[in-house]
Amino acid sequence: MINDVIVSILLIGGALMSLAAGIGLVRFPDLLSRMHAATKPQVLGLLLFLLALAVETGSWALVPLLVLCWIFQLLTSPVSAHMVGRAGYRTRHLRRDLLTLDELDDVVARAAATDPGRADRAGETRPEAGDGPT
Amino acid sequence: MSRQHIPLVTELPLVIWLVLVWGALWQDFSPGTLVFGAVIAYAVVNFFYLPPLELTGRFNVLWVIPFVGRFLYQLVIASAEVFWLALSKGPSLRSAVVAVPLRSSSDFLVTATGHAISLIPGSLVLEVDRSTSTLYLHCLHIDSEEDAEAIRRDVRATEVWLIRIMGSRADLRTLQTREARR
Repeated sequence: MINDVIVSILLIGGALMSLAAGIGLVRFPDLLSRMHAATKPQVLGLLLFLLALAVETGSWALVPLLVLCWIFQLLTSPVSAHMVGRAGYRTRHLRRDLLTLDELDDVVARAAATDPGRADRAGETRPEAGDGPT
Repeated sequence: MSRQHIPLVTELPLVIWLVLVWGALWQDFSPGTLVFGAVIAYAVVNFFYLPPLELTGRFNVLWVIPFVGRFLYQLVIASAEVFWLALSKGPSLRSAVVAVPLRSSSDFLVTATGHAISLIPGSLVLEVDRSTSTLYLHCLHIDSEEDAEAIRRDVRATEVWLIRIMGSRADLRTLQTREARR
């Protein structure tokens, strides 16, 4: 009985986190902020689901497997967010008007100014002002 | 073979990790499974060659438990924050790209810090400058310079925790002298 209560609370919590990720994906304005929604709540949501599974089955042999699932989630989700975010920034799939501060752009601009040899490469990563998808 | 030979000691953490994965997948940690797992792990490590991971040679278990607690707490906060921002701000959300110079220059530690802060409040690693070990983070809901400063403090605090757990001795010494001076 008490187990069922714990399991249902954990499952509802996990489902809420998936809902949070979904709402974030729809409501956030650009690629980069959507990546936040896609990574963070979902990692916690999976943790809650796995905890629910552990409580429900009540077998210790399953625990290392569940821990493993979560560790791989922890390792892969930041990497995928980083790769998508980085590719998005480099191919200018971001809305500059939504950024209050961009220190990476400053660095790229400075590198392009002081080192003309790298200007071609830097040019790829530096979107011109006002050249974002609207 | 053209590739350089890696001593077994360097590969040992990786082999042990693979054996643990093997045991977990079989849900069985009896000696037979582990020995067979070790044979397979050794074969895999030699067959699928990866550049050796440069560990720092220390690992402080005492700091791990509070770190895990802090991490879980911040993960919950981060998820709740993203949920709340999605509901309350939505399309009018403003974010920023913030540069955070890290103390350590070890690839391993920069990676670990990048992973940890991607999952705790408000940041996503956009770009890493390896030569100066600077992380460029995309952060949600940054309106002013103070917000950006708070993020920098947060990230550097996370790095301090990771240095205490598994930073190199040199990094740890720098950290301790700085704290002593304060």
